[in-house]
Amino acid sequence: MNDHASRAAAFNADAERTGWHDRALWHVRERRDRAAAQLPEWEALRDAAGEIKAHTLSQLDLYLERFEQNALQAGASVHWARDADELCSLVHALLESRGVSKVVKSKSMLTEECGLNPHLEARGIEVVDTDLGERIVQLRGEPPSHIVLPAIHIKKEEVGELFHREMGSPEGLDDPTRLTEVARGDLRQRFLAAEAGITGVNFGVAETGGIVVCSNEGNVDLGTALPPLHIACMGIEKLVPRERDLPVFLRLLARSATGQAITSYTSHFHGPRPGGELHIVLVDNGRSQLLSSEAFESALRCIRCGACLNTCPVYRRSGGHSYASVIPGPIGSVLEPARDAEAHASLPFACTLCGSCGDVCPVKIPLSQQLLAWRGRLVERGHLGATRRFAQRFAAAVLARPRLYAALGALGRALGRRTPAFLLRANAWGRSRELPELPHRSFRAEWARRRDGS
Amino acid sequence: MRIALFVPCYVDQLRPRVGMAALRLLEGLGLEVEFPEAQTCCGQPLLNSGGRREACRLAHRFLDVFANYDRIVCPSASCVATVTRRYRELVGESPRLAAIEERTRELCAFLVEQQGGQPLAGRFPHRVGLHASCHALRELRQGAASELVQPPPADPARQLLASLEGISFAELRRGDECCGFGGAFALEEEAVSRRMGLDRLADHRAGGAEVLASTDVSCLLHLEGLARRRSLPLRAMHVAEILVEALDSA
Repeated sequence: MNDHASRAAAFNADAERTGWHDRALWHVRERRDRAAAQLPEWEALRDAAGEIKAHTLSQLDLYLERFEQNALQAGASVHWARDADELCSLVHALLESRGVSKVVKSKSMLTEECGLNPHLEARGIEVVDTDLGERIVQLRGEPPSHIVLPAIHIKKEEVGELFHREMGSPEGLDDPTRLTEVARGDLRQRFLAAEAGITGVNFGVAETGGIVVCSNEGNVDLGTALPPLHIACMGIEKLVPRERDLPVFLRLLARSATGQAITSYTSHFHGPRPGGELHIVLVDNGRSQLLSSEAFESALRCIRCGACLNTCPVYRRSGGHSYASVIPGPIGSVLEPARDAEAHASLPFACTLCGSCGDVCPVKIPLSQQLLAWRGRLVERGHLGATRRFAQRFAAAVLARPRLYAALGALGRALGRRTPAFLLRANAWGRSRELPELPHRSFRAEWARRRDGS
Repeated sequence: MRIALFVPCYVDQLRPRVGMAALRLLEGLGLEVEFPEAQTCCGQPLLNSGGRREACRLAHRFLDVFANYDRIVCPSASCVATVTRRYRELVGESPRLAAIEERTRELCAFLVEQQGGQPLAGRFPHRVGLHASCHALRELRQGAASELVQPPPADPARQLLASLEGISFAELRRGDECCGFGGAFALEEEAVSRRMGLDRLADHRAGGAEVLASTDVSCLLHLEGLARRRSLPLRAMHVAEILVEALDSA
C-alpha cells in the first residue's frame, strides 16, 4: 500500500537524523520570517499576488493566446503539450531532429513531473542536471525530496562520499565550498559539450511573450548561452498578465523560498539569442482539469517556493521521500491526489490541519482547507477502505443519540480502567503515550447530579 | 442573556473537570449558564477523517440543540473553529448558521469580553508554558501566528493568565508549532505525532515550564500522555483549570 505513515515511521526510526532534517528546514523557515518581516507591506504583497494569479486563472485561455502570439512575435517557437507523454515526445523530436545527444538541464519540477529525463535517457540522450542539489540526487539515482532544495535530505559527508565515487574528489572531503568547486569543475565540461539546454519557467508574461527563470547558481544562463538550442518547459499556470506584475512575485518568491531578498539570477528571455533557437513548450498535464474544480483551482496559483514544505511540521519530520510523489509537503498533498487519487490517497491525511502552510503561502492558497476537502472526497470515493466508512457511520449514529453516547462513554471508561497496562500499551495511542486518567463521572453526569441535588 | 455551555465530547468523557472549571468561571461572573443535555459532538472528528456526510448530520444537530441561546461558550478553540469556520462548507450559509457563528465563543475570549479587561484576582506562582492551539491561532485568530507580518490580534488566554499574581511564562524557541495531536493523525501517523509532541515538550522544558497550559484539552491529552510515559515533571492544565485554581488560592 502506498502509505505515507509507514514511510514516515521508517524515516523516524533514525531519531537523530529526523531532528537534523527538522532543524535544517526550520532554519530556512526562520530565514523566510526575517526576510518577510523586513517588508511592512508583506501581507499586502501576498494579497496582490493571490489576486493577480486568481485573475489570470479566471481568463487563462485569453492570456495563453496572448502569450503565444507575443512569444511568436519575439521569434520564439511555441508548442502545446496536452500531457506528460506529449511533452516528452515533443522535446525528444526537437532534440533528435537537430542531432542532439548531450543536454544540460536546469531545475524544473515540471520535467520531473513529466518524467522527461528517463524518457530522453532511454533514447540515448545524455541529460545532466546542473543545479548542485539536482545533480546530487541525479547521481544518487533518487528523486528530489524538496521542490527548491532537492538534496536537503542528504548530509554533506554523504555528498563527499558520492563525489569521491563519481568525480574522484579526495576521500573524506565534506567542506561545502570545496564540494561545490568539485561539482563546478565537473559540470563546466558538460556545459561546454552540451548541444541543447532545457530549463523550466518561473513566470511567463502574456503582454510580452517573455519568460523568466529564477536561479541561484548561474547554471540557467550558462546552459542557455552556450548551446544554440533552448527548450523552456512551462506549465500553463505560470502566466502573469503584465511585466509590471512581475515584481510582486519576484519579491515574494525568493523571500518565501530561502529568505533571500531576490534570487542571485533572474533571467529574462524574449525570443532566441542571435543565431539560436528558443522553443517554449506549454504543458497542461491535468492543470485544466484542476482549473475546472472550484475547491482546488486556487492550488494552480502555486509559484513553487517551497515555503509550505519548510513550515510543515509533518514534512520536516518525515522527509520528502515519504510522500512518494513528485511534489511533497502540503502543496504536493493537494496536487498529487488530483493526478492519481488511489496512489496518493494517504497524503491529505499526513497533516494535523495546523494551518501554518496557508499562512506562509505567498499566493494565499487555502492549503489546509483543500487538504480537508480532499479527505472528504477520497473517503467518499472509497479510497480509504470500508472499515473507516463503517466506523464513521457507527460514530455518527451514536453521537446522534445522547443517551446511547453517554452509556457507551461510561462503558468505555469503565473498561479502560480495567484494561491491563500491557494491552493499553499495545495500541497506537498507548505505544508512546499514557492514557488519560479516566474519570468516574462524565461532565454531563456531574451536571445531572448538581441539577438533581439543588 | 441565555448562555449555553458547549462541552466537547472528549472533555465531557475524559476531562470533565475542565467543563466544571468553565462553569465555575462563568457563574463566578454572575452569569446563568445552561448545559443543553442533548448536545454530543460538533462533528469535527468525523469531518477531519473524511466523513463529511456524517459530520454534516452532526452539524445540523448542533444548530438545532443550540438554536435558542444568546451565547454558546466552549472550552475548546478547535471545536469553536469547527462551528464558526467549517460549518459553512458543510451545511451551507443560512441566517440560522450565521446566528450560531455570531454567538459561539471560545471560553477565554468570552471571559475577556465579559470582564472588559479587568484583571482577575488570583494567584498562580508557577512557570507556565502556554501551548498555542493551532486552531485558536490560525482559525479563530486569537494570538500572533508567527507566519504573518501584521500587528498580532489579542490572545485572550495569555491575557487572562498574565493577570494572575506570581505567574511567569516559559519562553519558547518555536512559539506556535503544532503539538502533533491532529485527531486521528495521532493514531494513524503515530511516529510523526510522537516526535512532534516530544519536540514541543523539550521546548517547554527548556523554557522552564512547570505547567503546560492550553485552550484545547486535545493537545494537552497528547502532550500529557507523552510526558507521563516519560515521567516528566509537567502538569497539563486547561487555562480554565488554572484560573479556578488561582482564584481558590487568592
